[in-house]
Amino acid sequence: MLQETHKAEIDDILSRYPVKRSALLPLLYLAQREQGYVTEAAMQEIAGILRLTPPQVYETATFYTMLNLKPVGKFHLQVCKSLMCALVGSDTVIGWIGAKLGIKPGETTPDKLFTLSVVECLAACGTGPMMQVNDDYYERLTEEKLDRILAELRQTGTSSLKTGPFMWPEPAAAKAGA
Amino acid sequence: MPTYEPILLKNMLQPGYTGSLAEYERTGGYQAIRKVLGKVSPADVTAVVMKSGLRGRGGAGFPTGVKWGFLPKDYQGPRYLCCNADESEPGTFKDRQLIERDPHQLLEGMLLACYAIGAASSYIYIRGEFVLGAKILEQAIKDARAAGYVGKNIFGTNTTIDIWVHRGAGAYICGEETALLESLEGKRGLPRVKPPFPATHGLYNKPTVVNNVETLANLPHILTRGAEWFASIGSPPKSTGTRVFCVSGHVARPGNYEVPMGITFRELIYEQAGGMRSDKKLKAFIPGGASAPFLTPDHLDVKLDFESVALAGSMLGSGGVTVMEEGTDMVWAALRLMEFFYHESCGKCSPCREGSSWLVQIMRRIVNKRGQMADLETLTDLCKNIAGRTVCAFGDAEVSPILSTLKHWRHEYVALIHAAEAANLIRPEPVGTKH
Repeated sequence: MLQETHKAEIDDILSRYPVKRSALLPLLYLAQREQGYVTEAAMQEIAGILRLTPPQVYETATFYTMLNLKPVGKFHLQVCKSLMCALVGSDTVIGWIGAKLGIKPGETTPDKLFTLSVVECLAACGTGPMMQVNDDYYERLTEEKLDRILAELRQTGTSSLKTGPFMWPEPAAAKAGA
Repeated sequence: MPTYEPILLKNMLQPGYTGSLAEYERTGGYQAIRKVLGKVSPADVTAVVMKSGLRGRGGAGFPTGVKWGFLPKDYQGPRYLCCNADESEPGTFKDRQLIERDPHQLLEGMLLACYAIGAASSYIYIRGEFVLGAKILEQAIKDARAAGYVGKNIFGTNTTIDIWVHRGAGAYICGEETALLESLEGKRGLPRVKPPFPATHGLYNKPTVVNNVETLANLPHILTRGAEWFASIGSPPKSTGTRVFCVSGHVARPGNYEVPMGITFRELIYEQAGGMRSDKKLKAFIPGGASAPFLTPDHLDVKLDFESVALAGSMLGSGGVTVMEEGTDMVWAALRLMEFFYHESCGKCSPCREGSSWLVQIMRRIVNKRGQMADLETLTDLCKNIAGRTVCAFGDAEVSPILSTLKHWRHEYVALIHAAEAANLIRPEPVGTKH
């Protein structure tokens, strides 16, 4: 139960808003962080915390694409396919991932490690093709980079190739000793 | 190549600038709020912003000072400021950089706006995917709170201003200001019918101002250096100041370039962004994010200001310039954008909800060489029945890729249909409505 395990965090979230329902998205995020997706039990509990009916929680949860109502793999690969990324090769990236992991968009590998999703614009149009893996952005993807990212994710759970804080064109490097 | 004085990107262009509170203060940060708070009246702050000519950087280009002026003067209850950081217009990636590289510049802008409109609470509605941006902002708010810039009794003036970060969860429509407010209230992000406008009935039905990240980030500079200085930059009197233009697509150096409004697309694309990425010539460009109609090489000398781009039949919008080279299939490009709009239609208004799915089906049919000539009329007819018939501007936006490509590159549609006729392949495609 979230209320027992995360009481302080829930109280902190609730304190930010004069109307309780505003805390709905933050609480759904909290539930998703704990279990990887938003379970029905979590939605019931959140409804209780915010004095909402379960359908009110469900109607909101189903509107937003970032809330997973079904389990996803440990690493959720989300490749942008909007025009700006498509112009610089996002379809090729989707093809690479499909070939390397043997999954199509919407599918998860049998070991439950990777889920591939094809998504719309992630606001990294100048550095496409790009993808988001869980919380992190990976930009200016090449096949070589993709291989490294997948290998590092498998080994360490994260990858050194993630990008940000974002600036493009890249800022000048600080002078040595400055 | 002419160089211009950067304003918003000035700090982050310094080598090694990390955007921490100490560094922001060292470059003159938080001086504007010190100068203003308790010393200049809120009405005078609004007057300065009005005089500067600052217009909203999110897309619509509404004068910021005028927007603030719509708030009821005698209202006694709470008022709110919401920072629109739900950057999701395809082709736009400036706010992400402003947030992640110089968060305190935005916070100071928010403090000034809150003071001017009399808001004690403000929220930064940031798109859910910007996890790093949200973390950076939260840390920056924490630091600013510890330093006494945010919270109760700022500088002993008895002014309270609080700022919180609220993450969205992946919905383009939440960049529309009333949908943003609905979402912030914990509901589905469906735009509200206007009037009443947020200025009187906004967040929790209270007077509310929603401003874009880049708009707010301009405020400390305007208050420090004066309205006259700001109004002298760019293309006065109607398009003042600089803009951070996001150049993407087939250019040599895509990225964010801050230039005064009023330079030409030719200069932005060929000088700032280094020209085309190969010897292929420019075929088309989108001047202001996915919602803006496509333009052709004939429009390269159009000036980058609100009026000039509107006169050319498009809009400056969010400042996302996407360049396409010779050889790009324009019907395919329009379909890609149409798929985006179909996916993101919130479903509130029938013309947009149903129309976007029909448009995608017809476009897919044409691209797959199964189209017929009558489809072109159907497309035009559908577009005309969506634009202007929806609660928000999404309806106008979603038809612009198809209408503008039909206008400039109709022969490409016709060629695909002729190919279908030649192969005698005209038969209904299985209806594909999967997102």
